Amino acid sequence: MRFDIETGRVDRSSAPAETNPFDLNALETAVRLKEKLGGRVTVISMGPPQAESSLRDALARGADRAILLTDKRFAGADTLATSYTLATAIRKLGKFDLIVCGEKTVDGDTGQVGPEVAEHLGIPHVAYVCEVREVSEDRILVVSDMGDKYLFEVTLPALITVTKDINTPRIPTLRDVLKARRAKVEVWDADSLAGYGETCRFGLQGSMTLVTKITIPSEEGRRGLIFRGEDAVERLIEALRREGFIP
Amino acid sequence: MSTSARGGVLVYAEHENGVIHPVSFELLGKGREIADRLGVELWSVLLGYRVRKQARELVYYGADKVFLYDHPSLETFDVVRYKHVLVELARETKPLVFLVGATPLGRSLAPRVAAALNTGLTADCIDLQVDKDGELVQIRPAFTGNILAHIKTRSRPVMATVRYRVMKAPRRDTSRRGVIVEKQPGEALETGLRFLGKISARRVNLADADVIVAGGRGLKRKEDLKMLEELASLLGGVLGVSRPLVDEGWISKDYQVGFSGNTVKPRLYVACGISGSPQHLAGMRGSDVIVAINIDPSAPIFRVADYGVVGDLYEVVPKLIEALKRIKGGSVDG
Repeated sequence: MRFDIETGRVDRSSAPAETNPFDLNALETAVRLKEKLGGRVTVISMGPPQAESSLRDALARGADRAILLTDKRFAGADTLATSYTLATAIRKLGKFDLIVCGEKTVDGDTGQVGPEVAEHLGIPHVAYVCEVREVSEDRILVVSDMGDKYLFEVTLPALITVTKDINTPRIPTLRDVLKARRAKVEVWDADSLAGYGETCRFGLQGSMTLVTKITIPSEEGRRGLIFRGEDAVERLIEALRREGFIP
Repeated sequence: MSTSARGGVLVYAEHENGVIHPVSFELLGKGREIADRLGVELWSVLLGYRVRKQARELVYYGADKVFLYDHPSLETFDVVRYKHVLVELARETKPLVFLVGATPLGRSLAPRVAAALNTGLTADCIDLQVDKDGELVQIRPAFTGNILAHIKTRSRPVMATVRYRVMKAPRRDTSRRGVIVEKQPGEALETGLRFLGKISARRVNLADADVIVAGGRGLKRKEDLKMLEELASLLGGVLGVSRPLVDEGWISKDYQVGFSGNTVKPRLYVACGISGSPQHLAGMRGSDVIVAINIDPSAPIFRVADYGVVGDLYEVVPKLIEALKRIKGGSVDG
């Protein structure tokens, strides 16, 4: 991964195509639900062509179908354009019961894409899900960890974003990895989504935020007094007293 | 030009059971600054049931106008219903800027509002500035806090979630006057969400702590956290940890300080056996006074410390505890 200090743009072409760890928890959640209740798991990702290897990894971990959204016209997307593009692709996929997203990405860390996708699709969502309690035909009972923990019942179709605490993602077996190597990852471009959304809302064109500058955080005037040796603790006590933390 | 003709700066007032979250006051402080720079009014919006009294508080903290939606259908947080109300208000009043606290609730709610309004949203800002063209610059850490991105939004309202405890709340001023506009939410449509109650409370609220004593990889055993806890209580504070100890399963994530845990801003932060990874520093560099205790003099934590002790925490911390006990004992004896 590289970021361009001049333009403030992220160049992911140098990035190893590694799956965002939070997304592994999302995938594991979906695969466990499938194992219990049946159904199919489709993984969908937007990114450069080399993201295909992450999707292959998802197939090895139990997904049934993988779709990669890749096109120069998707590039430069902020969370609004990203979520819109994902929602458009999901609309193209047709009927679904549940969308599971990772809580956030490691690089951007906005946590915005999941709730934005839900809004574009007009379905309810619960964020920070740390436990799926029950699932039935038309509803799901989840615990949301918002500092305190809350119980929600949600009518399907719905979207949840899951925390890292929800499960421990499985390690795929060698057999699964080899099988996934031969599996097909479908590649969709902007044209293939044309009938399902407005292409002008994709990529840079559909983005409303722009990074105008990048700076390195500065360490603002710390005293930086370092004590060593025998009387270090006494001198620290002295300093804490001066600062008013001890009488 | 009349200021009321232009959309104001809108601050979402978050509350739980009628207790306003302090981040909302911080946002009113920053919002006041921005509104004055832009020559517009500062607005706030409050949703809930039996929260009329709290609307006045928002005026005391700087709002010129408070949009109050006091209705039984808004008693508990329903992200879809709340979103409907906020979107309707934004369409009607056309704010230039819309600020929401980057709390779990805010981070769930704001993206839905932004998507519905087809406007940009910047997550987790640590600063907001108005540039010479009168545009709002939103500053947020990116790449685990190694860099700061300055972001502008080309749509309106400019929406941002802002971290708790990075901005200063203004002084409460009961002589301030403002308008409270009572609004009715639209019909309460079925949203598909049913809130079934709080099932557990977090064990500790690090974000609000005044003093934090935190342990990291320098600790050898889980049991040794007790020693740090003792030091924390002698200083009138609470225990925190860096991420490795949470990953080890020694303690719950509620105690984690850092980029993927809690952002804290206590008056005193004592880091014991924490080397100071960028991820950790991102969560505590806003502390007033930072003390570092580490055996490695080259540990990055010393670069952000006001006071440091180079030494083994297993020698330094017990000595500190002993000294503090002596001081406390002394004050009891008179």
